[in-house]
Amino acid sequence: MKASLEPSRLAPADMMRASLIGLRTRRLRSILSGLGIVIGIAAMVGVLGLSESSKSELLAQLDQLGTNMLRIEAGSGIGIGTGELPEDSTVMVSRVGPVEQVASISETGASVYRTDLVPEGQTGGITVKAVDANLLATLQGQMESGIFLDEAATDLPVVVLGAVAAERLGVTDGAGGTVVWLGDDWFSVVGVMDTLDLSPDLDRAALVSYSTAEEFLDHGGVPSTIYVRSDPDDIDIVRSVLPATVNPESPDEVEVTRPSDALEAKEAADQAFTNLLLGLGAVALLVGGVGIANVMVISVLERRGEIGLRRALGATKGHISIQFLGESLILATLGGLGGVALGGAVTAAYAWSQGWDVLIPAVAIIGGMGAALIIGVIAGLYPAMRAARVSPTEALRTL
Amino acid sequence: MSPAASPSAPTTTAPNDENTVLALSNVTKTYPGTPPVHAIRGVGLDIRSGELVAIVGPSGSGKSTLLHVIGTLDRATSGTVSVAGYDVDDLNDKQLSSLRSRHIGFVFQQFFLLAGETALDNVADGLLYTGMPLSHRRVLAEHALDQVGLAHRTSHEATKLSGGERQRVAIARALIGSPDIILADEPTGNLDSKSGEDVVRLIESLNADGTTIVVITHDHQIASRFPRRVSLLDGEIVEDIRIAVSGDLR
Repeated sequence: MKASLEPSRLAPADMMRASLIGLRTRRLRSILSGLGIVIGIAAMVGVLGLSESSKSELLAQLDQLGTNMLRIEAGSGIGIGTGELPEDSTVMVSRVGPVEQVASISETGASVYRTDLVPEGQTGGITVKAVDANLLATLQGQMESGIFLDEAATDLPVVVLGAVAAERLGVTDGAGGTVVWLGDDWFSVVGVMDTLDLSPDLDRAALVSYSTAEEFLDHGGVPSTIYVRSDPDDIDIVRSVLPATVNPESPDEVEVTRPSDALEAKEAADQAFTNLLLGLGAVALLVGGVGIANVMVISVLERRGEIGLRRALGATKGHISIQFLGESLILATLGGLGGVALGGAVTAAYAWSQGWDVLIPAVAIIGGMGAALIIGVIAGLYPAMRAARVSPTEALRTL
Repeated sequence: MSPAASPSAPTTTAPNDENTVLALSNVTKTYPGTPPVHAIRGVGLDIRSGELVAIVGPSGSGKSTLLHVIGTLDRATSGTVSVAGYDVDDLNDKQLSSLRSRHIGFVFQQFFLLAGETALDNVADGLLYTGMPLSHRRVLAEHALDQVGLAHRTSHEATKLSGGERQRVAIARALIGSPDIILADEPTGNLDSKSGEDVVRLIESLNADGTTIVVITHDHQIASRFPRRVSLLDGEIVEDIRIAVSGDLR
């Protein structure tokens, strides 16, 4: 008997070449079947990229607005107080150590109209509020035009409009000296504010100073809402002591909220939507995988002659299955790369059009490629096993 | 080793010595079914190194089954098969693959060339499963193409060559690793008479250079040109004629 046989071997480079043959000779079919993976991965990368980019936009917004603002309101509802805070609550709050700024708002109950000819009741949903002069600074708001209420104008009939209120009253230029009918007097508009992301109710308000309210509207200075800026590190402590500080007798009637929480809640809602889209992307990927498996099964049937030849040339069953598995993997990898590129391009284009920073999370790229590879293996496994099981004698009878 | 033929057939077989590259003894192949199909029955055949043998028989005589058994692509139901000194019964599937990759060359009627590859790379694929690097295989492939007279076609796409040229590429692929035996299954079956003649001449000249070749054919005219002719009928060897010089025996 002769010496033992050296086993059949297929060099890695040759394995790659063998796996590429099917793709090279059936280009259109390969491209079309890889397209399913491209779309699936692009959807996932795009969704994650857009979600991340919009999140970064939101975080930038939050950063700008600050998360260290608290809003104090009188609790309202049956058996929960009067809807007003104690008169000295602003002073009490400003005595809390870490509090940096305090500004209060008081509902005057008055209405504002474009002219005195507008029928009463057609207020356009605009409320008139008396506010502290440092409100704008506390809210970190901006003026669109004109100036905010300042100390010099505290007891004059001047008003500052929120962005929506100005639009509804037809005031386009806050510095233009427009007059509006407020209470029973003509008031000069001295400024229009930009939209306030953290207190959208002020967008629909006309603001006057406390002394003006007292002088012209006969309104006392009882605050209904207080905005507090505190040291960011102590925000939780401040939040916990505020109810008792504002109303020691019945702290339960005081409601303290953090307006930035609303933005974060919006982000959470967006996240839920993102998850839904990710799910859709996963379905597209699955369909892409089935497409590859389908094409591979057909390929195995068509290439029985080649399989027979390879077995005759000395290929083991393992070599045959590796070749087809490799083909499926290459197809899925190319699909994955195409998908990552397409998803990235879509994200970049959309983020650019929205003026956002382009952020494509690494997890989307790595996860996308990983998913493509896993799909490639799963889709190729059955066809590869089938190819390996083809009997060489049967295969060589083909044609 | 017993003479390879049914008792009634005139046979002359070579003794089993170290020059024997193929030895079949009482080989049968039965395909299960009702009734079972006995594709080959009690075949004994010894082929020595350097021989050029035609296995000839009509359609359904068991030629292809015999080729598959000799080529270790299929296992015999009973009997012993030894190729290049290896007893096939002792080898597992992986070892059989290895045996084919290094010791047996195949030529098929349908050529089975890979589309999209050059003639050179198709020939180089003859040693694909030996693990030899492509660059080395290409050098050998160039030599093999030269042997079959296609040195000028190395960079042509193999499947776009003429039928005769394609079969010569396939022969070069079988030849590249200098196997102990080349098995050619109806090598002229898909060719016109001129190309067929060229291929037969090529086979004869390769044999003259020392290559052991077994040609399976239904064509008695071709078979009659080879120095040894084994006739199959209904799965049995009915004739095994060896002559000193090739020529028409009739």
